Amino acid sequence: MGTRDCRHICGESSPAVGEAGKTGEWRDSFPVIDPEKCLLVRQNKPSCFLCWLYCPDAVISKTIPIQINMEYCKGCGICAQICPAHAITMVREEGLCLDETG
Amino acid sequence: MARKASIWILDGNRAAAQGVKLSRVQVIAAYPITPQSPVTEKLSEFVEGKELDAQYIAVESEHSALAVCTSASMVGARTFTATSSHGLAYMHEMLHWAAGARLPLVLACVNRAIGAPWNVLNDQQDSISQRDTGWIQIYARNNQEIIDSIIQAYKIAESIYVPVMVCYDGYVLSHTEMPVDVPAQEDVDRFLPPYKPHTILDPANPKNYNLVTLANPRVNAEGVLCHGYMELRYLLQEALQNSRETITTVGREFGELFGRSYANMFWENRLDDADVVIVAMGSLAMEAMVAADILREAGHKVGVLGLRVFRPFPKADVAKALKKSRLVVVFDKNISYGLEGATCSEIKSALYGNSVRAVIRNFIVGLGGRDVKARELVDAVNKSLLSLKEGDLNEEYPEWICAI
Amino acid sequence: MKINAVNMTEKEYLLPGNRTCPGCALSLAYRHILKALEGQVIVTVPASCLTVLHGMYPVTSVTVPCVNTPFATTAASATGLVAGLKVLGKEGLTVLAIAGDGGTHDIGIQALSAAAERQTDFLYICYDNEGYMNTGNQRSGSTPLGAISGTTPILGKQQNQKDITAIMEAHGIPYVATANASYPLDLYEKVRKARTIRGTKFIHVFVPCSPGWGFPFSDTIKIGKLAVETGWVILYEVEDGVFRLTAASESIAKRGSLRPLREYLMEQGRFKNITEEQINELQGWVNTRWKRCLDRAVNN
Ligand SMILES: Cc1ncc(C[n+]2csc(CCOP(=O)(O)OP(=O)(O)O)c2C)c(N)n1
Ligand code: SF4
Ligand code: SF4
Repeated sequence: MGTRDCRHICGESSPAVGEAGKTGEWRDSFPVIDPEKCLLVRQNKPSCFLCWLYCPDAVISKTIPIQINMEYCKGCGICAQICPAHAITMVREEGLCLDETG
Repeated sequence: MARKASIWILDGNRAAAQGVKLSRVQVIAAYPITPQSPVTEKLSEFVEGKELDAQYIAVESEHSALAVCTSASMVGARTFTATSSHGLAYMHEMLHWAAGARLPLVLACVNRAIGAPWNVLNDQQDSISQRDTGWIQIYARNNQEIIDSIIQAYKIAESIYVPVMVCYDGYVLSHTEMPVDVPAQEDVDRFLPPYKPHTILDPANPKNYNLVTLANPRVNAEGVLCHGYMELRYLLQEALQNSRETITTVGREFGELFGRSYANMFWENRLDDADVVIVAMGSLAMEAMVAADILREAGHKVGVLGLRVFRPFPKADVAKALKKSRLVVVFDKNISYGLEGATCSEIKSALYGNSVRAVIRNFIVGLGGRDVKARELVDAVNKSLLSLKEGDLNEEYPEWICAI
Repeated sequence: MKINAVNMTEKEYLLPGNRTCPGCALSLAYRHILKALEGQVIVTVPASCLTVLHGMYPVTSVTVPCVNTPFATTAASATGLVAGLKVLGKEGLTVLAIAGDGGTHDIGIQALSAAAERQTDFLYICYDNEGYMNTGNQRSGSTPLGAISGTTPILGKQQNQKDITAIMEAHGIPYVATANASYPLDLYEKVRKARTIRGTKFIHVFVPCSPGWGFPFSDTIKIGKLAVETGWVILYEVEDGVFRLTAASESIAKRGSLRPLREYLMEQGRFKNITEEQINELQGWVNTRWKRCLDRAVNN
């Protein structure tokens, strides 16, 4: 089977989630939320959402409590740094092998 | 058949501008350079004077001119630009980009020499240097062919999504007045349908164009296998390979409507009984016909093959047309340094494997505006005939008609 | 209505799983730029990290229409889009030309200057990561004095950056502004304002780059904020000639003072070889510019 079926005559691309694959696999650590500490949960109303605002990858939901799409979260840790209530902590991924040959 | 002729006296640049106007071009972006400048001025005048409902973008460079046309074409506007020489060289990156994106741009190249040193006069080094950018190249012999070719160029480009370069010789045509039959607007409207882009730039259906493309095919989100870089390049080559059909069909339709047929890839002049053929491209083909007259009077069976479409190169047609010749004399207003004139190489490659036994001689002429007289062409043919007799058949490099 | 994290739309135009590095400030800034434009935009992008973000054929990570264009042509491409839309009578779309500092300060400045001079109706955003990051971090016209890069590998760059926003302001365009990925609401407001203005709009967006500058990617926001707090970046806008400080720069001007630039520089590996003399020179540069801004600001 050839590539003519796509019917493109030039490089035409369409949007899809995960263009670069499951970017969650890039992580060396992942964010864990403590809902007890989150201001949203504590106040039970839309208030803070700073982690949502600052996530470069748009993987945090604007919900109470917030949810993180771990398939694509790159583990940058920005959310953990920005959270005024220290509700998010970064935890090292298990089984990480930093040896490139591994 | 269209209404009766409306003859204007036009130089080549004004003929080009009229062709653009009649084609109802919507976005024009160009940068002045001798000898193309009058095209930019005339088109500005059309737009400012509201004779042409278009956007004229006075860009700051040729590179930008073609970038403007490229993006305007992607949103669905019919575009035009014109340039010469250094301007065309400056566009090089964008020439590739436009063809690669399969955008049906039309560009007029007013052929001029390239420096160093500076020279504003005619040869064809500029457009020949761009032959591998994926553009169709059409060369005009006179001002009538300029206007006709520009109108046809839009129809060709927009039906196969390949950009077209219409080339005409600087000064020899651009600044020389000739009678030109100017088609009527309503006839051109009948001939040339509105431009339908293949690209979609719409927030409701967001597409991205010309992203990084991998070497190998890649599936899209729906699981359909899409091209790799090489497949996209193949499609461009395929489009050019198949464009002969479109070019000649459009030329035939043009002939039916306007009485001047272009159902050919090159002009044949007395090839039927010729055993000596002169090959030349652009206005030089006219001069070659004068030379052929002189040679005929001297008893030689000489014909002229005037190359009109240089890309795609009509290999099979050329081989057929040269079947009976024993000598082919190719005059080039360009040089592929270290080898020979570009059209000569193409002629040779067309004949390879087609059992044409002709001897091929190549002469480089008319660089940087050097006058080419019919007499000189005659002498070159006579000299070639002589060497033919003496059995001196293969010359590795071309001969230059100059004072060195 | 002032925008905040709570009332900002949930709608995203940048999809998860894109190709940017973890903690990419460009990704964050672009996310908010597209939100502010509500997707009613045609984007043109030259060779840069943003090309990488947009994805690889046949998939893109962005849900707005976009053309990629050769490196030098961003503003010319935008001109073509604007002209095409106009002649076809299509209204209501913003044409966004967005390029890196290499594509703006360096190779694209000619086309940009010309488009601004022609008063082309478009929004030009330069996202500034102070180097050619896409090609592996070489110096650009925006790389600071003393910074190590691929082409200033030992001594660091011997010249300071050019002030691109001032250059664009000198074109007499109706709106120029600076912004910073660490202040997404300020960026959002500026893009939203620019969208309503006719003519050429220019916004410079500072985007710290973790791999290029040598800081941990979790510190992206912190570095961007330090840049403002030390005066390396000043947040302002100039609307029809009226100069206004915004966001943190406005607060600093009203109550407080700049922190020493050294604090900002020392956080980044690229300044590891910077000399005392160079630090002083940069501090002098910051002080002069800050004073000029304080003098000009109507809201100081
Ligand atoms: C004409 C041309 N020269 C060089 C390049 C190679 N190139 C691609 S991206 C790039 C640097 C881009 O730097 P910048 O604009 O600052 O964006 P960034 O990658 O930092 O996001 C270079 C030099 C090119 N694509 N085209
Ligand atoms: S770690 Fe980074 S990518 Fe993951 S949710 Fe937090 S900010 Fe987003
Ligand atoms: S930043 Fe912290 S407090 Fe605010 S919404 Fe996110 S987790 Fe909750």
